[in-house]
Amino acid sequence: MLVLGRKINESIKIGDDIEIKIIAIEGEQVKLGIHAPKSIDIHRKEIYLDIQRENDAAAQMPANFLELLSQNKQDT
Amino acid sequence: MQIETKYAGVLNIEEDQIIHFPYGLPGFQEEQRFLLMELPDGGLFQVLQSVETTGLAFVVASPYPIMKDYSVNLDEAVQEVLQIKKPEDVAIYGIVTVKDPFSKSTINLKAPLIININKRIGKQQILNTDEYATKTPIIKGDA
Repeated sequence: MLVLGRKINESIKIGDDIEIKIIAIEGEQVKLGIHAPKSIDIHRKEIYLDIQRENDAAAQMPANFLELLSQNKQDT
Repeated sequence: MQIETKYAGVLNIEEDQIIHFPYGLPGFQEEQRFLLMELPDGGLFQVLQSVETTGLAFVVASPYPIMKDYSVNLDEAVQEVLQIKKPEDVAIYGIVTVKDPFSKSTINLKAPLIININKRIGKQQILNTDEYATKTPIIKGDA
């Protein structure tokens, strides 16, 4: 991992298209400004991981899913 | 072409039935081609079957019967990526996490699948809102 020190209003560039700027530092909180092409998705990591986990869980569909579905129909 | 599906055996499909997900899905980046299949007697529920991986299939459903005022704001970036020109291009699905019993299943409304049904391009869009949950009960009051 590359570690860089930056001050407020300083930036780093990632490749040609991405710029990350330190907008503010308030105690333990850092505000970042990010310029990136529209095709690049930017998310808080914990949210991305949450979606990844949910997709994993959804992919582990019970083998008897069709049966569960038809049971559900009979119940309702 | 022929594909082997998880729930419906071998199917003969046309290339133009395939929906392309250029970025895959979070956790499944390599999976970029899917088939949206109706289920016999599936009601609300459909299956999103990977073209490449027989064992990978998601149950999906339209969010609206589950949450009638559900709304998704498609920003310019998504519209561009999915080549969306008009509202009629768009179909929205939530991925369902199936539980036993089925009534305990949940639907992911925080990261819906946005599909341009005319161009057959899709993307799982993570919404910038805390209004919707990854585990929304499919049956109200039965969380």
